[in-house]
Amino acid sequence: MLARIVRNSKSKIQNFLTKLEVNTIMKYEAPTKQGYYGEFGGKFVPEILIPAIEELEEAYLEAREDREFQETYESLLREYVGRPTQLTFAPRLTEYFGKAKIYLKREDLCHTGAHKINNALGQILMARRMGKKRIIAETGAGQHGVATATVCARFGMECTIYMGAEDMERQKLNVDRMRLLGAEVLSVESGSQTLKDATNEAIRDWVTHVDNTFYIIGSIIGPHPYPMMVRDFQSVIGREVKQQLQEREGKLPDYLLACVGGGSNAIGLFYPFLEHDEVRMIGIEASGLGADTGKTAATLAKGTPGVLHGTRSYLLQSDEGQVELAHSISAGLDYPGIGPEHANLFSTGRAEYHGITDDEALEGVKLVSELEGIIPALETAHAVQYLETLMLDTDEDEILVLNFSGRGDKDMTTISNQIVR
Amino acid sequence: MIATTNRIYQIFKQQREKKNPEKLMNLFITAGYPDLDSTVDLVLGMEENGADMVEIGMPFSDPLADGPTIQFSSETAIDNGITLEKIFGMCRQIREKSGIPIVLMGYVNPVLHYGAEKFMKKASEAGVDGLILPDLPIEESYLIEEARKAYNIPQIYLVAPNTSDERMKTIDKKSEGFVYCVSVTGVTGAREGDEVARSVNRFIDRVNENITENPKMVGFGIKSHRDAKLIAEKVEGFIVGSALIDTIREHYPRDGWKEKVFEFVHELKYGN
Repeated sequence: MLARIVRNSKSKIQNFLTKLEVNTIMKYEAPTKQGYYGEFGGKFVPEILIPAIEELEEAYLEAREDREFQETYESLLREYVGRPTQLTFAPRLTEYFGKAKIYLKREDLCHTGAHKINNALGQILMARRMGKKRIIAETGAGQHGVATATVCARFGMECTIYMGAEDMERQKLNVDRMRLLGAEVLSVESGSQTLKDATNEAIRDWVTHVDNTFYIIGSIIGPHPYPMMVRDFQSVIGREVKQQLQEREGKLPDYLLACVGGGSNAIGLFYPFLEHDEVRMIGIEASGLGADTGKTAATLAKGTPGVLHGTRSYLLQSDEGQVELAHSISAGLDYPGIGPEHANLFSTGRAEYHGITDDEALEGVKLVSELEGIIPALETAHAVQYLETLMLDTDEDEILVLNFSGRGDKDMTTISNQIVR
Repeated sequence: MIATTNRIYQIFKQQREKKNPEKLMNLFITAGYPDLDSTVDLVLGMEENGADMVEIGMPFSDPLADGPTIQFSSETAIDNGITLEKIFGMCRQIREKSGIPIVLMGYVNPVLHYGAEKFMKKASEAGVDGLILPDLPIEESYLIEEARKAYNIPQIYLVAPNTSDERMKTIDKKSEGFVYCVSVTGVTGAREGDEVARSVNRFIDRVNENITENPKMVGFGIKSHRDAKLIAEKVEGFIVGSALIDTIREHYPRDGWKEKVFEFVHELKYGN
């Protein structure tokens, strides 16, 4: 009798433990200690940078657990960035498709006009915590450069921004903004003169001035711990969405939609929902002139695994393993790589990725400008235009959240030339 | 363990057996720079003029550990149509005429894309003696290790002035052939010799305390025989790259440019 009771309770405990185990397995935990997301990530850097990234990793892991650090960060997000950003219901866009309810997460309302400042702010607090005096950053569209120059002005720190010569031309307004904010903007003339080369140059600067310089990387790329740290700082987007939607609708979203270059705004939205299998996640790459034209930035669609800028991920590359030039109308998506965490979400199938061309993105600009009175950044417009495809899959009782990553002011020259005339 | 027949192993062994050995001179050139036809001639001529080992650079589109000089030579070589197949071909041609140790140096992406196993097999067949991949630190070396060992291609690791004592010891255990000591923090390229010499002294002392299993060669910023003598005083040898490429760039393609380059090489090794 007693033996039977013991046996029974034993098996009950075992059942309970099995259930616990299932729950533990479902928990999303990445990266590993070595900085890997599945087979992607790692730290592929010259020996000179190893002490710097180890120091950063240690400092960041401490800061993440430090309540005072987190409170300082949150209060600056509130007072300086203007968070939480609104979750705006888009009634006319919703009506236009007649399917799922569409909400826009308004990162365009952040100070400086895009989500980039969430990360720049977090990293400058790290730089201060680590006693670094000088800040460097790379920028493509100029949004990360502006965000970095902004927080450097806010904290009175020396700031050098590397920007491709071609990007400086097409994003002139942002160059002027950075200079006004007191940053030194250095034109990068090597290679394709875009984001990829600006990143090379920033890394060279870092290698040379590693003792006193903090490198604020703008996306979830680079060696570990950068992809993790940038994701954590950007995940405020998804956490707010979760809470805001709970209050408004009392449920989780059915679809999350975001554009992907390096992928920081997308991972910021996705990350807090990764454990909820029922939430479908869609990232939109820039196909440029078309994924098969050779003038594209659709890294997951057309790339293969490779190593660039300190991380192993997908990469647009030639038969010889040379990195190819990306093309997109949007400077912020014009990058031949992608964050290692997206590479992993892509290979495991947890998130799906599709492409939108330059021309389609311009349609997206018109669509949301005309229907909702919000002019999107060209990057954001890629996600907007994918609604044309995605909405067909949705039902009226479902909810979609689109990450409205940035506003379109910076792109008005390009947009004017292409569509307004 | 490195094979005792490996040519890198051999030259350090010969050096140890001499009474008053000279410092070994290791010269870097970019494969396919200034043109595809000159690489083999340059290596053979450099050997005649005092080079004990050559590093042949495998150009990469994004050489983020290199300064402007090697960025330029890499870009030119890619424009010239350099490929890994052609580089292996060059190594085979050198091997037909010379026993100089050949080390391939480059970034890891082209190696992985080519296929680590296929790369090591071809390298071994072409008579390559070692491999330097500055963006493949010990943490990530697992990616090519099995292939490397299968074909006996040693990997030479780097240490820098900011590398900890502990890490130097680990790198010493993993490195085969020699340990490449980067004398200053920064990208490859020319610097003022005296400045380098002063800052490098303490670093070299630390290198000698912690790296005991491998010979050491010091590089980054050496421009002249005088630089080399000062910097390599307490190690087995020195490496020159950017200054050599700059010399090629200065004289190419004028008549007699190779002779000018060989004169520079001779001076580097023996002084005026």
